Amino acid sequence: MDEPLVRWDWIARNWDNGGPTSVKVLLENHIVMAFVPVVVGLLIAIPLGLACARYRWLYQPTVGIMNVVYSLPSLALFSILLSVTGLTQTTVIIPLTLFSLAVLIPAVVDGMQSVPDHVRQSAVAMGFQPMRRLTRVELPIAVPVVLAGLRVAAVSSISLVSVGALIGQGGLGYLFIDGWQRQFYTPIVVGIVLVVALALIADLVIIVAQRLLTPWARRRA
Amino acid sequence: MNWLIEFFGSAEYWSGDDAIPIRLLQHLEYSFLAFAIAALIAIPLGLLIGHTGRGAVIVVVSANAARALPTLGLLVLVVLLIGVGTLWPVLIPLIALAIPPILVNTYEGIRGADPDLRDAAYGMGLRGSQVLFRALLPVALPLILLGLRLSAITVVATATVAAYVGLGGLGRYIIDGLATKNYAEVFGGAVLVVLLALAVQTGFTLLNRVIVSPGVRQVR
Repeated sequence: MDEPLVRWDWIARNWDNGGPTSVKVLLENHIVMAFVPVVVGLLIAIPLGLACARYRWLYQPTVGIMNVVYSLPSLALFSILLSVTGLTQTTVIIPLTLFSLAVLIPAVVDGMQSVPDHVRQSAVAMGFQPMRRLTRVELPIAVPVVLAGLRVAAVSSISLVSVGALIGQGGLGYLFIDGWQRQFYTPIVVGIVLVVALALIADLVIIVAQRLLTPWARRRA
Repeated sequence: MNWLIEFFGSAEYWSGDDAIPIRLLQHLEYSFLAFAIAALIAIPLGLLIGHTGRGAVIVVVSANAARALPTLGLLVLVVLLIGVGTLWPVLIPLIALAIPPILVNTYEGIRGADPDLRDAAYGMGLRGSQVLFRALLPVALPLILLGLRLSAITVVATATVAAYVGLGGLGRYIIDGLATKNYAEVFGGAVLVVLLALAVQTGFTLLNRVIVSPGVRQVR
């Protein structure tokens, strides 16, 4: 093999070359398309998850639907949405939001179930009103379980965005297409490394957030 | 809707190399091959690691890597490195992506089995391998099946993406349709892939009913 896996000068030239496919721009697009679905997913999953935890009959059907959604291949969803939203970032963001929901709703429900009954009863006995009990007692206890789900959702979302390159909106995934068409390893390797690095950083950020949100867990350890 | 009629009504997609039944069979063939090889590697390995407790690091690393690695990047890199021509350059990444869900869930199933059950099995005089296959495996079965289902779903989805690097199957309609701006073909192909994914999902639900012991099902 004559071609080296990585040509460093290519990276230097293409990191910020001012064009729409400079690595820096692709990275920014990638972050937006991966980040929005997770945040929107979390904002939808919390109320839905709370409803499922409160009204048990909602839980089975919701999880059933989410399981089905999760089984749909991303490329197929992107392709179907193309007819509605066209070649825009929205076409990637909507399916990824659905995938995030499929992970996050069960996580919120499991989190609420991880609140021990005696804790809930103590809160009632201490005179906590339902809303305050939820925000001051139940949600903080549910944080570790919800964040474990959030880690899965964030990492999957970051890696799945690149499939969007096949419909022209894939952030760093463009580098895979570019490298394939030119039989050129460097963009592909750069793309994989950046996607994995992004995933690791997101994972770390959530771990740090968990430590900050649950100081009692640290003290106990 | 018009696209669906245009796609499924067109004679082009019912005969020759591009016929829907042929593409579907190809998709099933590649997916099954990759899935079966992955299961043959991951189930024994998961049982071994879960039972002995040695090598749990492999499980954690593979689970995280599988989620973070971009499929499309992995596919184009491996195929470029090994070269096109045979099926193997495409099958290898498919297999690699199919292993982690099975491995992780098999491991978790065996590890997570009630320690009392394990002790009781040993107490009744069963040997190590008997404990594994007669006591732990039936209890771990629902989780193992979940792993197999997730893996099958991953394979079907990845095989679709793999059409980009020249694999046949239903993904061809999406990739070729996008290349020629034939959106009826893209849409029709996507609908077929969705139907296949739903069929796989349903198949595993039914399998779960049939092979998981009723006693285990009740507890869960």
